[in-house]
Amino acid sequence: MAAKAESATGAKLKLAPGQPLPADLAKEIDVIIARYDGNPSSLINILHEVQKAVGFLPEPVLTHVAEKLGVSVADVHGVVSFYTLFSMKPKGKHRIAACKGTACYVRGAPRVLERIEKELGVKFGDTTEDAQFSLDIVRCLGACGLGPVAMVGDDVHARLKPDRIPAMLKPYR
Amino acid sequence: MATVKLTVDGVPVEVEAGSTVLKAAEKAGINIPTLCYLEGIHEVGACRVCVVDVGAKALQAACVAPVAEGMKVLTNTPAVRTARKTTVELILSNHPDNCPSCVRNLNCELQALAESLNIRGNRFEGARNEWTPDVSSHSIVRDPNKCILCRRCVSVCEKVQGVQAIGPINRGFNTVIAPAFGELLADSVCVNCGQCILVCPVGALYEKDGIAKTWAALSDPGKHVVVQTAPAVRVALGETQGGEPGEVVTGQMVAGLRRLGFDGVMDTDFTADLTILEEGTELIERLTKGGVLPMITSCSPGWIKFIEHFYPDLLPNLSTCKSPQQMFGALAKTFYAEKKGIDPASIFSVSIMPCTAKKFECERPEMRDSGYQDVDVVLTTRELGRMMKEAGIVLDKLPEEEYDPPMGLTTGAAVIFGATGGVCEAALRTVYEVVTKEPLKDVNFKFCRGLAGVKEAEVDLKGTKVKVAVSHSLSNARKVLDMVRAGNPNGWAFIEVMCCPGGCIGGGGQPIPTNTAIRQKRIDGTYTADERLAIRKSHENPAITAIYKEFLGQPLGHKSHELLHTKYTPRGRYRIRKEKAAD
Repeated sequence: MAAKAESATGAKLKLAPGQPLPADLAKEIDVIIARYDGNPSSLINILHEVQKAVGFLPEPVLTHVAEKLGVSVADVHGVVSFYTLFSMKPKGKHRIAACKGTACYVRGAPRVLERIEKELGVKFGDTTEDAQFSLDIVRCLGACGLGPVAMVGDDVHARLKPDRIPAMLKPYR
Repeated sequence: MATVKLTVDGVPVEVEAGSTVLKAAEKAGINIPTLCYLEGIHEVGACRVCVVDVGAKALQAACVAPVAEGMKVLTNTPAVRTARKTTVELILSNHPDNCPSCVRNLNCELQALAESLNIRGNRFEGARNEWTPDVSSHSIVRDPNKCILCRRCVSVCEKVQGVQAIGPINRGFNTVIAPAFGELLADSVCVNCGQCILVCPVGALYEKDGIAKTWAALSDPGKHVVVQTAPAVRVALGETQGGEPGEVVTGQMVAGLRRLGFDGVMDTDFTADLTILEEGTELIERLTKGGVLPMITSCSPGWIKFIEHFYPDLLPNLSTCKSPQQMFGALAKTFYAEKKGIDPASIFSVSIMPCTAKKFECERPEMRDSGYQDVDVVLTTRELGRMMKEAGIVLDKLPEEEYDPPMGLTTGAAVIFGATGGVCEAALRTVYEVVTKEPLKDVNFKFCRGLAGVKEAEVDLKGTKVKVAVSHSLSNARKVLDMVRAGNPNGWAFIEVMCCPGGCIGGGGQPIPTNTAIRQKRIDGTYTADERLAIRKSHENPAITAIYKEFLGQPLGHKSHELLHTKYTPRGRYRIRKEKAAD
């Protein structure tokens, strides 16, 4: 899936806050913004596409988008930090989306999530040091009867138990 | 106009179609409590404190629910009372319990609401946010621990001031109101105007304290402590002791400052008059010698930081005059020190301002033309009120006293600096007489006055026609600046811009509450004070004539340039932290 290629770009990008973007990246983003006529009301769509292109939405990217749209950084960061589908951190090669919706929750998701964090040594919302895994919590994957559920990339793992986590992760390591 | 008839708690009332239930209840004389609601600025129905029963399945937020014909509104049912109470109890479950030591104690909307809803004890024990308060700004402290996320500050910053320095970050329980990326306020586009403080219902936003330093200086026998009072303070200080907004308490304030221990009690109005001489001369020079026009006023430090961030290309349009506060500061440690034979190093200079942005202004690196920091501490009107309370000073019981020379004599022209349009009117009173060499028949330029967002007029200086504009609040400044950028189609030569709605009388350092009705009363008080003064034109102030003769020479002269004029810093809107690092 395209996600793998995107993440690779993201992991390579080392952008310090407050720095302007490298020219080629800025140009790529400007093309996306131009497709929406630089219209600030298309902010969410623009952010989607930029995230697709860059892999994630670090601060310099958001500042660049804000500047090009002529809106405040507070606005752009507010939107990005509100929606869980946007990420300011680079994503790993394998994205784990673990469900913490009601059904999974009552079937024991919290302990499963805890074990995933323990196995990978990072918290949900973060990416492992080696950029192999990133952990996201989602609300419902539409498989409540099979809960607790998690997706690793495009693969669905159902009826998870804490003890099954090492085996679940093994093929991706 | 179509109207709608309804009843609120059985009281029949007729209101304009499209009105809210809250407005209808107000008309029926029934009080519905609100918390996040801020008329005309923040009407989102988010906090649910104003819920009422309108006969629908669920309770409705009165501040946004529209009225309907025949609607029967009930504001005091068991369900309504329980809903309101629960909402406030939940807010309190994530709010610190240290009311007695909070800056807003006894002047807090949440506290008052809890009291009026008869809340006793905490029913909900749950998680509490722990944020680090942001003390980076010279002007404003932000304590998210006290924040109830009503977003009134966000709305005022965006809609009234057009700055958007802060906004909500994250969602749900993790939400926090802060500059983008959780930056410090000092590293943001915040212009320090403090309008957020005025609308904060609780103690999440307040001014950076200047009281401790002031007490320390006052009790230091080695310090000669001088104080200046801004025009807008005298019509608002009374409110800190329960007085009426707009009540002129100049004489009692002077007496109170002496009792606090200040060695020299003088008036920013004196340097407001001086500003008129300098700025008026600058305008005449620009008009006659072809300088950058329109010339825009530079008294309001929130406005200055705004133009530095958002319209740096228009900085040449600004008058080079320092604000009256900074002119006073520079003169206190030069002219005043010389005249009194005091070592300027031992002078501690305090100013009482209606303003939080002045706290930032006095710390600007360029504001040290006396060889020292020209103004050492800025106190807001609120802070002076607190000091007086601490010292047991009751204004009502004090005699009216006069300011000290040599910077204590003032005119009506200076007093009106405090209201929107005042600087323009004061400038016209002087410029007219200087240019035409004829006395004005009527010193009142009434078009300058009032709360219209942008006021314009053409003034006839006996043949020379000058177009002027006046704006207050930064969203209105934007309108004016966009016109200037677009080639100044209205042909303005002179523009007064004040940062805060209503001018300084509505400044971020003024007593809370400050709303439109209170602003109007303070404005009325300002013009009353103007009328009461014998001299109403800056150039007729004998103390001003004296300082030019003894010390400054002439307006725009060498010494003026050295002490009374300044330069500006283009800051830009994005990547501010980086620009700062590069300095």
